[in-house]
Amino acid sequence: MVTAIKERITLDVTAQEYREFQPEHILTVKNLEIFYGEKRAVNGISMDIGKNNVTALIGPSGCGKSTFLRSINRMNDLIPGARAEGEILYEDLNILSDDINVVALRKEIGMVFQKPNPFPKSIYENITHALKFAGMKKKSVLDEIVEESLQKAALWDEVKDRLHKSALSLSGGQQQRLCIARTIAMKPTVILLDEPSSALDPISNAKVEDLIVDLKKDYSIIIVTHNMQQASRISDKTAFFLSGDLIEYDDTEKIFTNPSVQKTEEYISGRFG
Amino acid sequence: MFMNTRSNFDESLKELKSMQLKMAGEAETAIKNAMLALLNQDIELAHSVINGDNVIDDLEYEIHEKALMLIARQSPVAKDLRRLHVALRVSSEVERLGDIAVNIAKSAVHIGNEKHVKELIDIPHMMEIALEMLTDAITAFYSEDSAMAQKCAEKDDQVDKMFGELVQELLTYIPQNPDFTNQIIQLAFVCRFIERMADHSTNIAENVVYLETGKRYNLNA
Repeated sequence: MVTAIKERITLDVTAQEYREFQPEHILTVKNLEIFYGEKRAVNGISMDIGKNNVTALIGPSGCGKSTFLRSINRMNDLIPGARAEGEILYEDLNILSDDINVVALRKEIGMVFQKPNPFPKSIYENITHALKFAGMKKKSVLDEIVEESLQKAALWDEVKDRLHKSALSLSGGQQQRLCIARTIAMKPTVILLDEPSSALDPISNAKVEDLIVDLKKDYSIIIVTHNMQQASRISDKTAFFLSGDLIEYDDTEKIFTNPSVQKTEEYISGRFG
Repeated sequence: MFMNTRSNFDESLKELKSMQLKMAGEAETAIKNAMLALLNQDIELAHSVINGDNVIDDLEYEIHEKALMLIARQSPVAKDLRRLHVALRVSSEVERLGDIAVNIAKSAVHIGNEKHVKELIDIPHMMEIALEMLTDAITAFYSEDSAMAQKCAEKDDQVDKMFGELVQELLTYIPQNPDFTNQIIQLAFVCRFIERMADHSTNIAENVVYLETGKRYNLNA
């Protein structure tokens, strides 16, 4: 299982080529339970995550949505006492398996956080840092990836003349798009976004939303958001979590016009939370 | 663990509903008065119905303004969104009911004090059923009760049947009473107005079912 990810990287098969042979779902979650010590934060959820879809995870604070998101690229490993049971199948690999190469996994399944967190380096170096670390040294290749990633993150036109200026000189919205570009540079298949625009102004937010919709052509995106309108605008599927349970998971259109479960209706219409 | 929220929005929805009930009440009164004006040949009452229609039109405008404001400012979803969509649709149906009252009142004015060609029995009976439908539709709307909405719509066939029979009957009077042709045509119009009134009530009932289920039903089929 580990070898599958390793082989793919060694053979240099691009994610794009690999995807062409893949089924409709990029991830299959089976009876996933996540614990922090004794406390169970996610209560045995099962769901399929669509390929080249935007899947939104919504629910009140403490419902388990971010815990679930972080389990998809094993970020919970960093939290003492956290453990997961069940399966998250990525292609034919169980992500939760002990023998998974977590570093390789996080290249395939990248993550962007709530607050933009660029490295205190130049815009260019923000993107090339991890690539160089992975052994990529050739300048022409790096240049190409920088341009491609920034293009895809809809940031190229704004920064192409100042690539060697500090990333910290960018606005919050630009910094967040740079973080998305940095994730894209690793050529992932899945991008996890944890409230990526909650710290942004409305225009930057709109740009990030447009970008997310654009990116689903090439990537499968899972986004945690507290902004219900954002979920309804950009996602194809929406999952509503409450107290660690997956209450309802359906097409976004259905969830926001005629949900099947009363609790979902109460939450999305702002009646509790 | 969770608290109830959006009390301001809920309060606005309540206000909107009471505006709608007020509008429906105005339309119902206008229709009853128009019918009384026709039966009692009360021209003054007929004119007051005609002149009073602007009250219903104004209420429709106010309801539309309020519903659009709530859509813009409160980002409603799911049933809240349907509720506002239905408020727009139902208020337009009720506005048409107000127009029907005006049309019946105008027929009363056209007939004036001319002696009725026959005693009016079936037309008031047809109106009675149509008014029952309207009451049922408004009650169903108020209580968001799909079952009552269905019940309202079931009576529509009865009204349609009466309309066909009554118009046929009225036409047979023309050859024997050529001097009453204008009155007979006006009475046939009134039958048509009542039949339309039942259709608007059915439409209101359909909106109630849509509000409850999120699915469109043709209760008139």
